[in-house]
Amino acid sequence: MDVAIVGIGIHPFGRTPSRSGLEQGAYAAREALKDAGAAWRDMQFAFGGSASAGSADALVNELGLTGIPFINVANGCATGGSSLISAYNAIKSGEYDIGLVAGFDKHERGAFNADPKSLGIGMWYGETGMMMTTQFFAMKIQKYMHDHGISADTLAKVAEKSFINGSKNPNAWRREPIAVEEIANSMMVNDPLTKFMFCSPSEGGVALILCRADMASKYTATPVYLKAATLKSRRYGSFEVFAPSQALQQVDGPTVDAARAAFEMAGVGPRDIDVMQLQDTEVGAEIMHMAENGFCEHGEQEQLIQSGATHIGGSMPVNTDGGCIANGEPIGASGLRQVYENVLQLRGQAGEHQVPNDPRLAYTHVYGAPGISAVTILQK
Amino acid sequence: MSNQVPIAEGLFTWPAANPALLGSRCKSCGIAAFPAAKSCMACSGQNVEIEELPGRGTLWTWTVQRFMPKSPYNSGETPETFKPYGVGYLELPGGVRVEGRLTENDPAKLRIGMEMEVVFEPYRTEDNGDEVISFFFKPVA
Ligand SMILES: [Zn+2]
Repeated sequence: MDVAIVGIGIHPFGRTPSRSGLEQGAYAAREALKDAGAAWRDMQFAFGGSASAGSADALVNELGLTGIPFINVANGCATGGSSLISAYNAIKSGEYDIGLVAGFDKHERGAFNADPKSLGIGMWYGETGMMMTTQFFAMKIQKYMHDHGISADTLAKVAEKSFINGSKNPNAWRREPIAVEEIANSMMVNDPLTKFMFCSPSEGGVALILCRADMASKYTATPVYLKAATLKSRRYGSFEVFAPSQALQQVDGPTVDAARAAFEMAGVGPRDIDVMQLQDTEVGAEIMHMAENGFCEHGEQEQLIQSGATHIGGSMPVNTDGGCIANGEPIGASGLRQVYENVLQLRGQAGEHQVPNDPRLAYTHVYGAPGISAVTILQK
Repeated sequence: MSNQVPIAEGLFTWPAANPALLGSRCKSCGIAAFPAAKSCMACSGQNVEIEELPGRGTLWTWTVQRFMPKSPYNSGETPETFKPYGVGYLELPGGVRVEGRLTENDPAKLRIGMEMEVVFEPYRTEDNGDEVISFFFKPVA
């Protein structure tokens, strides 16, 4: 059974002091139901996740107590992707006809602080200041720049594009373009990455309504089909965040594995993709994920980014809604935001951030601690 | 003379004339890990042996941490006294790449491929006066 996305809803990302994370999730869920022309009582199941804004299944208190199975999903930065895969499989298996996926969050200001014990690492690792995702991304891009000839200017150009795209997206948090010089000269956080090259924890909510493809026309004139949804964890030998040591021999990371599996499942290749949302915890991640997902060779990003290929009007538009850098990262909602954006793109409803030429295939990718990746491929 | 205690048991030999990081090596597939683990991440085998890791290697990658991390960071520093610190992975021949703090925090003096040695130095002082010892990677002169 094919699976279609027939409703999408979002609560603007950023900071909304007047609404709790749960209320932002409920707002997104109501928007998604309205978009599908469906009622909450029509939903046969729900999957949802939130890292720091309470239990997702508390949404039933806002939306109504209808007795449906509502399963909480907790999978770090891949929480949204994991909820989506769970819903996808629930419908694909034939068990359910229609259901809801929701993700929301509301984080404290400042960098995430991770607890070593929850990941099975000794306290000494956190005490000595190595339990930092920002360091991992900095060290990974540092090595990548050395090996593949990526320049510091290219790092700044990625963030410049994120803020340009964010300025075109009414739901983005950062809505002002920032000059490339200002990005490059902002405070160094973790060499070679400056303040404006990182995303920050933020708030927001996204919800999606999924149903059997053969029922999609009942809810929408513009169904978008989920052709692939994959999730992979790290194998021995890949270089991952929160690793006190790593193998001398390196193997492909979970992103490469999840991308390969997704292309195989969808029966398409990287060159067929018209628009892509790639995990950009910071600019280096976006650069490396372009190649890890198969969209270019390692090192080719230097020329692609310098020539503007990743802009909205370019040959391979990346993070057309401003990505994590312009939207911030509410963990539970972040991966679903990418899917929301791709549905808009495929429907031709992305307004100022719409890519031209009637896109047909769209791609999402999330990556998170301690080494997991989730990919989707959508087709209209 | 203050009492010196290691930051964690089993991380390195201490006290010792020539302290060394302690890793585990899998007797089934030969893979090493740090810190020492009870099973092998490569082959799931449980036949592992503790061994001392080499004290010298090359810097695989690095960064400098410019802001003071939140808890569980515990260096005895305050936001006023915080000093940026280098972090990197040292590739130990025949062993693994180990992540550690660097004694150097000047980006101009750090480059991928440079030779470094593992040193054991005081990291913070406890309220009772104990000096907590941790491991660092130091450029070889
Ligand atoms: Zn083994």
